[in-house]
Amino acid sequence: MSAIIRGAGAATALSTFNPVDSKKLAAPSRTNLPARSKRYIVAGSDASKSFGSGLRVRHSQKLIANAVATKADTSVTTGTGHELLLYEALQEGLEEEMDRDPHVCVMGEDVGHYGGSYKVTKGLADKFGDLRVLDTPICENAFTGMGIGAAMTGLRPVIEGMNMGFLLLAFNQISNNCGMLHYTSGGQFTIPVVIRGPGGVGRQLGAEHSQRLESYFQSIPGIQMVACSTPYNAKGLMKAAIRSENPVILFEHVLLYNLKEKIPDEEYICNLEEAEMVRPGEHITILTYSRMRYHVMQAAKTLVNKGYDPEVIDIRSLKPFDLYTIGNSVKKTHRVLIVEECMRTGGIGASLTAAINENFHDYLDAPVMCLSSQDVPTPYAGTLEEWTVVQPAQIVTAVEQLCQ
Amino acid sequence: MATAFSPTKLTATVPLHGSQENRLLLPIRLASPSSFLGSTRSLTINSSRRLNHAANAARRSPIVGVQEIVKEKKATNSLLITKEEGLELYEDMILGRSFEDMCAQMYYRGKMFGFVHLYNGQEAVSTGFIKLLTKTDSVVSTYRDHVHALSKGVSARAVMSELFGKVTGCCRGQGGSMHMFSKEHNMLGGFAFIGEGIPVATGAAFTSKYKREVLKQNCEDVTVAFFGDGTCNNGQFYECLNMAALYKLPIIFVVENNLWAIGMSHLRSTSDPEIWKKGPAFGMPGVHVDGMDVLKVRQVAKEAVTRARRGEGPTLVECETYRFRGHSLADPDELRDAAEKAKYAARDPITALKKYLVENKLANEGELKSIEKKIDELVEEAVEFADASPQPGRSQLLENVFADPKGFGIGPDGRYRCEDPKFTEGTAQV
Repeated sequence: MSAIIRGAGAATALSTFNPVDSKKLAAPSRTNLPARSKRYIVAGSDASKSFGSGLRVRHSQKLIANAVATKADTSVTTGTGHELLLYEALQEGLEEEMDRDPHVCVMGEDVGHYGGSYKVTKGLADKFGDLRVLDTPICENAFTGMGIGAAMTGLRPVIEGMNMGFLLLAFNQISNNCGMLHYTSGGQFTIPVVIRGPGGVGRQLGAEHSQRLESYFQSIPGIQMVACSTPYNAKGLMKAAIRSENPVILFEHVLLYNLKEKIPDEEYICNLEEAEMVRPGEHITILTYSRMRYHVMQAAKTLVNKGYDPEVIDIRSLKPFDLYTIGNSVKKTHRVLIVEECMRTGGIGASLTAAINENFHDYLDAPVMCLSSQDVPTPYAGTLEEWTVVQPAQIVTAVEQLCQ
Repeated sequence: MATAFSPTKLTATVPLHGSQENRLLLPIRLASPSSFLGSTRSLTINSSRRLNHAANAARRSPIVGVQEIVKEKKATNSLLITKEEGLELYEDMILGRSFEDMCAQMYYRGKMFGFVHLYNGQEAVSTGFIKLLTKTDSVVSTYRDHVHALSKGVSARAVMSELFGKVTGCCRGQGGSMHMFSKEHNMLGGFAFIGEGIPVATGAAFTSKYKREVLKQNCEDVTVAFFGDGTCNNGQFYECLNMAALYKLPIIFVVENNLWAIGMSHLRSTSDPEIWKKGPAFGMPGVHVDGMDVLKVRQVAKEAVTRARRGEGPTLVECETYRFRGHSLADPDELRDAAEKAKYAARDPITALKKYLVENKLANEGELKSIEKKIDELVEEAVEFADASPQPGRSQLLENVFADPKGFGIGPDGRYRCEDPKFTEGTAQV
């Protein structure tokens, strides 16, 4: 499926061949791209992989599961898709699931009457009522726990952290209750919650609003973590997360809410455990997720011009890692670069480096390189903030270094 | 902190629906003398000798709530319970006591390990509340949860096996002493960190309300959350009081105030030790009851549960109670005053109920003895069952981590990890 990604900051430069201009990345505005925007293909993993005897990928006849592989230059979906922004895609996914199952409910701060601080739940309270879209007081620990208790007794809550960083206050509930109670109760109680919210480094939001909690949550046993990056996978992952019996933490990114893309009209979900092939290539595997996907794709333009052929994979599933897609790529290219927004120490990249070294060591021609954010509280000043996060120029340099 | 309480000032903050029964839940009454069930009418803090805090030295706090109803009943010569109810309550308390005593024995014989927190002395609270609940009502507890599980209906065998870490335990041996769960009996655990169960209880109550109002089902289920005095200084408690009152959730917050949080006296850690007062601050009734008296507890519980079922919202009930043993089996319990312990031992809830039943001719010694014998046999049998049960095999290691084991992800060979035959053996790499 091809996607034209327009709009927000990082993506605007995708279609140009200019060297990276950091100021251009600054404004997440919805400026239109010049008409001749290069179309860019999103190819997904092959949906028909066989899964051995018992377990098939969860497909139903009506659903189109996960990103589908296409050849270059096929047109966008047969003209029956509709274009929307990422936050609208999340809303659509959420609304469809709430229509489908009356046990699905939302709780969080300002999700109801205010419509959500990033408008993901806009209009839902009017449609479904104040109890199904619950405006909670400011008590993350308690309302996350309340969501967990509700899940144990039959509901399917979607708990919103207004900013993922606020969920640090709910760590007790997420770690001890959300992750562990299914096991501790001997399998008696399931906790089908979805915990979602925007995280990541924004535009000068300051240290506390720019946190990446995926690194803190990754050790919690019993939870799954996914990160969405396009409207297509945002809707697909939202729906899959709600339908999953496991507790799922869905990481959105503050800067990606205004990405625009055409998505299918038909119902579809994305597989929670699979990674997404963004750009097949031969020379090097670049693993990334969330906002860094756009920095990588921007760097990819430069790299292609310089004659490199990077393979870009959006890992999407932060816990567990899709070692099949990643492994196949490593076996093909023999070089790995991980680009992430997490902190250097103990981040997703660190775990991924370990997993790759452990599983695919024999296939590597070079050490796994991991580009992460600096271990620095995100400063307010724009220049400093820029230097804490991985920029496309660094990615280009790293690839050149690895491919020597 | 000896203050004169003004009923009018306090009741003004709590809008109560006027009905006779609701008088129970008026926050404060000054108690009048009563020798009913041998309970004292004032709470003297014996440990105040150890405290230099002058304000606490001569503190008295009246027992409130049930006295008046009790007196009225006495006046009309009718009893609070029937014979069947009395025997049921007695049996439940004896079960709790015998079970806990057996736990202590088994622990010292090396049959169970870790942290084990026993409930001796507090049986009136568990029995008083839980025996009023139906199977679909939920109970949430703390690490001191064996007796709550038993009162809720979890079999002694299942609890004992869980303590021994056997497969036949209520949580397959995966939970242990502090995590008693039962889906069948709606025992929602068993939590190791204090306070972390209260939001879960609030969520269970939320589900009841949701079922009624959104799903349009006929749901009258209530949730009872048990926790201690130490928990009442924790943020989660207050956050949940707020939400429960705000959304009018069918929940009862039961504080088992046994005055001690391990070695921390309630008075040393709490600026205003009267926990029931914190209810009206959030817009719900707060009641203080003698937690060593199962009949008083039951009366208050009846009202609170009825309130919740009617959709009138939460209640905060503070039960003055005491644990006869240390905080856990590892606690030498040297800090508490011997005189304090003796005073509460004299108010043993089981002895008190026995006395009540016999004096009011509801049962004779023989019947009560036969109950005790029956329970002894039950507990012994539970131990035998637990002993004979197998320990969990390796195959159980990975089974319940995820409800959907696809959550372990896709391995390098393209198959889901959970499809690896070693997964069911518990030896797969995940």
